[in-house]
Amino acid sequence: MKSFKRGIEGFKDIVNNGETEETISKLIDKINKSRLNAFITIRKEAIEDAKKIDKGEVERKGRLLGVPIAVKDNISTKGIETTCASKMLKGYIPPFDATIIEKLKREGGIIIGKTNMDEFAMGSTTETSFFGPTLNPWKNDRVPGGSSGGSAAAVAAGECMVALGTDTGGSVRCPSSFCGIIGIKPTYGLVSRYGLIAYASSIECIGSMATSIKDAETVLNIISGKDPKDSTSISLEDREKIINNHKTDKSKRKKRIGVLTTLFNDNSIDKDVLNSVWNAIYKLDDLGIEYKEIDLPNIRYALPSYYIISMSEASSNLARFDGTHYGFSLDEELNWDSTFSKIRKKGFGREVKRRVLMGTFALSAGYYGRYYLKALKIRSMIIDDFNNIFDKEKLDTIVTPTMPYKPFRLGEKIDDPVSMYLSDIFTVPVNLAGLPSLNITCGFSEGLPIGMQLIGKAFCEPDIIDIAKIYELNTNYQKKVWELF
Amino acid sequence: MHNDEKPRVFQSYPEIEDLPMHENPQPNEINPDSDVIIGLEIHVQLNKLKSKLFCGCSTSYHNSEPNTHTCPVCLGLPGSLPALNKKAVEFGIKVALALECKLLDQTLFYRKNYFYPDLPKGYQISQYDFPLAKDGRVTITTDAGEKVIRINRVHIEEDPAKLMHIGGMGHSKYTLVDYNRSGMPLLEIVTEPDLRSPKEARRFLDKLRSILDYLDVFDGNLEGAMRIDANISLKGGGRTEVKNISSHKGVEKALLYEKTRHKNLRMKNIHIKRETRHYDEQRGITILLRTKEEEEDYRYFPEPDIPLMNVKEWETRLRNEIPELPDAKRQRFIKEYGIKEEHARSLTSDIAIANYFEIISKEIDPSVAASWIADVVKGELNYRDINIKESNLTADKMIRILKKFVLGEITDRNMVELIREIIDSGKDPEEIIKKRGFGKVGEDEVLLLVKKVIEENPDAVKDYRNKNDKALNYLVGKVMALSKGRSDPKEVINLLRKYI
Repeated sequence: MKSFKRGIEGFKDIVNNGETEETISKLIDKINKSRLNAFITIRKEAIEDAKKIDKGEVERKGRLLGVPIAVKDNISTKGIETTCASKMLKGYIPPFDATIIEKLKREGGIIIGKTNMDEFAMGSTTETSFFGPTLNPWKNDRVPGGSSGGSAAAVAAGECMVALGTDTGGSVRCPSSFCGIIGIKPTYGLVSRYGLIAYASSIECIGSMATSIKDAETVLNIISGKDPKDSTSISLEDREKIINNHKTDKSKRKKRIGVLTTLFNDNSIDKDVLNSVWNAIYKLDDLGIEYKEIDLPNIRYALPSYYIISMSEASSNLARFDGTHYGFSLDEELNWDSTFSKIRKKGFGREVKRRVLMGTFALSAGYYGRYYLKALKIRSMIIDDFNNIFDKEKLDTIVTPTMPYKPFRLGEKIDDPVSMYLSDIFTVPVNLAGLPSLNITCGFSEGLPIGMQLIGKAFCEPDIIDIAKIYELNTNYQKKVWELF
Repeated sequence: MHNDEKPRVFQSYPEIEDLPMHENPQPNEINPDSDVIIGLEIHVQLNKLKSKLFCGCSTSYHNSEPNTHTCPVCLGLPGSLPALNKKAVEFGIKVALALECKLLDQTLFYRKNYFYPDLPKGYQISQYDFPLAKDGRVTITTDAGEKVIRINRVHIEEDPAKLMHIGGMGHSKYTLVDYNRSGMPLLEIVTEPDLRSPKEARRFLDKLRSILDYLDVFDGNLEGAMRIDANISLKGGGRTEVKNISSHKGVEKALLYEKTRHKNLRMKNIHIKRETRHYDEQRGITILLRTKEEEEDYRYFPEPDIPLMNVKEWETRLRNEIPELPDAKRQRFIKEYGIKEEHARSLTSDIAIANYFEIISKEIDPSVAASWIADVVKGELNYRDINIKESNLTADKMIRILKKFVLGEITDRNMVELIREIIDSGKDPEEIIKKRGFGKVGEDEVLLLVKKVIEENPDAVKDYRNKNDKALNYLVGKVMALSKGRSDPKEVINLLRKYI
């Protein structure tokens, strides 16, 4: 799929030449032959959709006309099985589209399939999937990151043009980093969550993934905006007001980066990762974007706060999976309570059960104040920390490595949940604060990509996208992924 | 609460410091005058709203096939999200204001987590800390005069689905779930434990129902429109809760049963345990559902899918939409129409009757109208268990017959008969009067009858002349019988006196 290098813009030629069907069927073929296991469901009907475009049966408009899109399997797609990579939802076919799926379809996009993930998005490696792990396209013995590992691997390997992922504690950025692609996690509220099968409702966002910042931006712009079905979503007009408020604040000055160096001191952070990120900062400095070392005083409490809030919400969000009217069920006649517990025991994997149990505990009478309320307080403090530092230092973005390590080996961390949770140290605070952030490739080591994270002010995606574009234009790291196509 | 310069993404929570730790409620205040302490929780289905609480599904499912008023949201399908029906909040605020509650500055939804087959999401979206409103009051009339019942709180929540067992709970091998009810908007109204007898509980419910009718927020005649949980304890004893009672009478009976049960246990020196019970309406008894130890830990936490609401801003506008309520209307009726207090109370307890009275009073002397409507019409309606709108006795018909009554053309006794027949048959009053001969006998005719009776009953006449009053009654009775009740006894007496 060498033609995919030219991205969404280049795909217009394919459509204009009447080669959509041919391209899509080649793509399906490629996915079928792939070893990566990036997809749970491959949608063969995509070829029919493409044929309609070539035959002129579809109106020739839309910013994504014919573009093959991979969708993470926790986003509801009408008529297409949506499993969350869990035995619990095997066979569940949603009767409705997520709002963002409707938007992508309206722009002519073709859903090529549903991608693999950690079960219910709980994990950082895509190894907890009921359908087996996805392999990293750079080195097949490595994990692709997670939980949107299938989407990231598919984009990196050219098994789709763009993909949707979801990000609760880094699930778009982590696999984007491990697979060497762009992944944008928007501000909480910018993109409708209607149709996203909930894990941690107050934290998670749907994000876009692509091999160029421009394509990721295009998809993000399409899926953004107020949705009456999601009360936590915000209108583009309100977002514009927020952006303008910042502009009047400090016009005509140099762009400035904050470097969160207090988090860099940990010995467990891979030296190659740190070097690459510093080199990227120096490069940006050369390009006229100054940097300043900063600290966020409460950030060390981010991980425990995040895990308490996300697990608590998960324990409630996953309560609906009881086998009563969709998904996994039993062929036994038991009382309702025995049926529920047996179905949940057999339908959920280990990591899911672990998080549901811990969340249930954290919300229990007597513990609620000690854990959940305290976690909320920390969250408020972290939000304030970010707001204060952006304001005080007049920052456009805060930079960190996306992941503290290079992609690890399959099986390396799966039995050590605490170590696995710690790998989210750079991504999790951003989710707690609801801020936008993106991953861009900033180096390679041992043939594996290294990602840098740019964090922005709430609803100021353009700030971090602009800086990422400058970096992308002046370096070659991001383009390297096209070698995998 | 935050300025635009520093947008905060998460506004789902109030300032965290405000979030109270969950504490046990304070012990109930005990009135030494009474040994029975009752508090009620009333669930009111806001079925006059067009759509459900969190989705666009229609609320008028009562005559529909099961599972025909559903969508991904009220089925709790994965990925669906609640979108709050603002009108439901408005209805809730109106009720809260009518119950003289104080609105909270900010109101917040919570998830109440528990597993049950009628709960498609595994949690119910309800309220906990930061309900819609707190601290209200309702005045009721008891045998000892007026009494204020305090309202603890008013909050909004969603109704679960309905479970059905074909052939009865004990016999059916499976349970059917009808999601038509799932997501219906419910208002929960919680009283303080201020009620001191089952009768007071019923009086309170009648008054509440009347206020709700005035506000036009629900149709109480629909199945499941009002469901009540009643808490009862004897002074110093354990508390039991009787769940899910569907009628005011049922509440009174269930509480009477519980009161007796508590007293009997106390006499035997048996400790009353905190427990939840079910009222078996058919058998008139309560049955143990679960004990305190078996109670669920609901793991309440703020619902992340619904942002915090500042409802206080709506208060002035909604206060203006509240109509004149029963107490105010009663005062006005007394003042404006000069009718008796108990008539005013009776008329205003039902908004439809109050309006009916006002229409009729435009053409009929209000005291006459009040007396007939409050003393006769209401009784006949209650007896038939129908309301005035369902009856055939339109205001127009009532005006027509009252006019005849005032002119003396129909007797008291025949008026009652006439009202009954209009209600039952729906026929025109004039037709009934003619057919049944209800029209008053003319003066000439009465005179003829009086003369005839005097002639035919010489002995009685003689007795009367000997100052035997009973004889007069006997003669009056004879005249009445001959006129088939169509003459005025007073007039007959006058005529008899004159001609004997």
